[in-house]
Amino acid sequence: MSGSPPDHDVAIVGAGVVGSAIARELSRFRLRLVLVEAGNDVGAATSKANTALLHTGFDAKPGTLEASLVRRGHELLSDYAPRAGIPLERVGALLVAWSEQEHARFPAIVERARANGYHAIAEIPAPELYRRVPALGPGALAALEVPDEGIVCTFTTPLAFATEAVLGGCELRRGCRVEGVRRLTPGGGFELDTTSGPLRARFLVNAAGLFSDELDRMLGHDTFTVTPRRGELVVFDKLAGGLLEHILLAVPSETTKGVLLAPTVYGNLLLGPTAEDVGDKRDTATTPAGLAHLMSEGRRLMPALEHHEVTALYAGLRAATEHSDYQLAIDADEGYARVGGIRSTGLSASMAIAEHVREQLGGAGLPLDPVADPPEVRMPNIGERFPRPYEQPQVIAGDADFGRVVCFCERVTRGELRRALSAPVPPLDLEGLRRRTRAGMGRCQGFYCAAALEALLEAGPAR
Amino acid sequence: MSGRPGPTPEGREAVVVGAGPAGLACALELRRLGVADVLVLEREEQAGGIPRHCAHQGFGARDLRRALPGPRYAGHYARAALDAGATIERETMVTGWSAEGELQLTGPGGRRSVAAAAVVLATGCRERPRSARLVAGSRPRGVMNTGTLQQLVHLHGRRLRGRALIVGAEHVSFSALLTLRRAGAEVVAIVTELPRQQSLPLAGLAARARFGVPVWTGTAVRAIEGRDTVEGVRLERLDTHATRTLECELVVFSAGWIPDHELAVLGGLELDPATRGPRVDPALRSTRAGVFAAGNLVQGAEPADVAALGGRHVARTVARWLSGPREWPAPGPPIVTRPPLGWISPNGLGSGRDAPLRGRLQLRSESFLRRPLVEVRQGRRLLWRGHVAHLQPGRSRRLDARWLAAADPGGEEIEVSIAGS
Repeated sequence: MSGSPPDHDVAIVGAGVVGSAIARELSRFRLRLVLVEAGNDVGAATSKANTALLHTGFDAKPGTLEASLVRRGHELLSDYAPRAGIPLERVGALLVAWSEQEHARFPAIVERARANGYHAIAEIPAPELYRRVPALGPGALAALEVPDEGIVCTFTTPLAFATEAVLGGCELRRGCRVEGVRRLTPGGGFELDTTSGPLRARFLVNAAGLFSDELDRMLGHDTFTVTPRRGELVVFDKLAGGLLEHILLAVPSETTKGVLLAPTVYGNLLLGPTAEDVGDKRDTATTPAGLAHLMSEGRRLMPALEHHEVTALYAGLRAATEHSDYQLAIDADEGYARVGGIRSTGLSASMAIAEHVREQLGGAGLPLDPVADPPEVRMPNIGERFPRPYEQPQVIAGDADFGRVVCFCERVTRGELRRALSAPVPPLDLEGLRRRTRAGMGRCQGFYCAAALEALLEAGPAR
Repeated sequence: MSGRPGPTPEGREAVVVGAGPAGLACALELRRLGVADVLVLEREEQAGGIPRHCAHQGFGARDLRRALPGPRYAGHYARAALDAGATIERETMVTGWSAEGELQLTGPGGRRSVAAAAVVLATGCRERPRSARLVAGSRPRGVMNTGTLQQLVHLHGRRLRGRALIVGAEHVSFSALLTLRRAGAEVVAIVTELPRQQSLPLAGLAARARFGVPVWTGTAVRAIEGRDTVEGVRLERLDTHATRTLECELVVFSAGWIPDHELAVLGGLELDPATRGPRVDPALRSTRAGVFAAGNLVQGAEPADVAALGGRHVARTVARWLSGPREWPAPGPPIVTRPPLGWISPNGLGSGRDAPLRGRLQLRSESFLRRPLVEVRQGRRLLWRGHVAHLQPGRSRRLDARWLAAADPGGEEIEVSIAGS
């Protein structure tokens, strides 16, 4: 075993949005890469279950790495998303003050935004606020408008990154948990014991999210501890979608960023999150108390929500640590890059984090020789505001299956399901199929289509 | 909505959306009444609606005077509508409704738009999923509605293993019991928050005596537990607030009906806040000229044969509209209920001259009431007062309809309430 050279130049542990972005970034160079993921899909843990916002970073702590990477990440993802078919909408945010105390914090928020290099923030008075959001509950005093905040598809983003990496030659191992790590001879890289066998790499990138502290400790470090912070969220029916076109943010307090209400790229409204530290890194259960709190906040923010159905409930875990900033560091001698403590801003910052890590690795001696012709991916659109196959005559004319709607609520056609099943990174279960196509994520939650979807999934890509 | 279909819409006399019992019975009756051009649009691969996957007996008592299993009942209507000369287009979904009144269609043949002199919505209803009932917990596999369960077992021949809990105790819940047993699962219990089960008195007895399945009343589902698959369900006794976890691998959320009203909303129809279906007058006209509604879209849920009779009933209104002067009566005042009554159907007076289906209104309650005294008032005027049969959640009772003629079509809201409440 020992003595043989590592079979990979870089092993990236964790195929969340950050790990996948790093894999994509590195796949643009002549490198042998492996991306390992303990779960059975890309972006299926923390990355899938957040508020799906593309942040400008206006409210980040000035001078932190997070502040600069969120700002840069916003720029990079805004540019990449339309090319890669990732649904992204710059809908703008309205940070609403409901009391004099909250209103009094506006100048400090504006000052912080400016310190972060964001100058488009401006106050709008209550009448203008109600003109823009007629369904807003009574009692708002004023709002700060942040026109560049956006919403983005949390499912397509990591999938686009991983797909591009795989097409560029990166090996993707799903259902592969790292159980141990050994350093090879000094400067000789690492050997990982995984549930799918041993794996050797010259450089190791730890993007293991909630488990990044455990991987860090396996290497003898003691730099941070992840305390999962659970956020529960409620998704309202698409028929409520017309109530709101912008993101409604709360004025943050000392302890919390508060509950927000936002449109989703699928046409729903999203309410949440709660914020609760939990002990278990797998505890993504919603709670009766959390849901009751959100429903009451929802009624306050927008009384008309009372008349709308709830489509989905979920909870995600943010990888919070004792540090207020990202934990990005490289041990150049060992070839170990730590990418920890990426909290809810990870989606926005992902491409900038990847750029940052690539630079660090280059500085640590990873040879970065660009490939001549990197692949470009174009993911199938699942956003509501962009054309989808069921409404495109020319697409249906090319393949009648794009006219056969299987999931009625979300209007997903058999053609899209077939295409997802034979994609470079295909789904391994119904949840995976749902994240790639929206099938089954609508108001009936599978009442009509779940049985048909299961049959299609079992038949596999041959169908 | 982007993607404009072809420039000239296809012109049609009558378009029926949905080929379930209501839609098919309507199409059949329209042909019998001499309507030449009847197009039925069905988004599923097969016509027939929900009965296609209800394997149990008992369909057709009121409309066909027979008792058939669901799939045969569905087949009967699909054939009868075709034989009568209606056109049924399957795998064709209505995805939009333009301001000019054109329906936008997607099917394997492409995208097109259809303009019809009469549009009948018969899109049915479905069971509310776990999320809409705000049941907390994790999201493991093994949680479903009866509709999905029936399709898995009766359309796809699935076997299911493990212990199952059924949430809800209406007719359909006992149908879920039979389906689960047939698929190989062991049903542990039926739970309902209500103080009694709501199916036939025999159903509860049979569940216990024949299958050994208890019905736990006054019990709420608080959370679902389990990582990949269901491991248990947290239950709470509503009287003592005692909680416990029941171990099981499957959870079926039954009943909790909601009309499939998306198209009605897209078409700008007024909805009744109580039924969540479109507001209709006794002749099943909606609030939009030329648009009608029938079956369980109007209210969730009546048995399939009642839905079919509704389809037949609306067909007569449609035929009159198509052959006569195209005058759409004003919707008239809404008919509303006060708690503990849940809803009433039809829920609009219209002109006051049309008789409702089977000469009655359907009344629902949120609680169990023994022969309650019901009052119907319009403003200060008492239109009717009388006893109705025992009311219970999940099942409709007949409310006399003779007072409709005495109500003022230009007057205020009509209120149906329990005397003294």
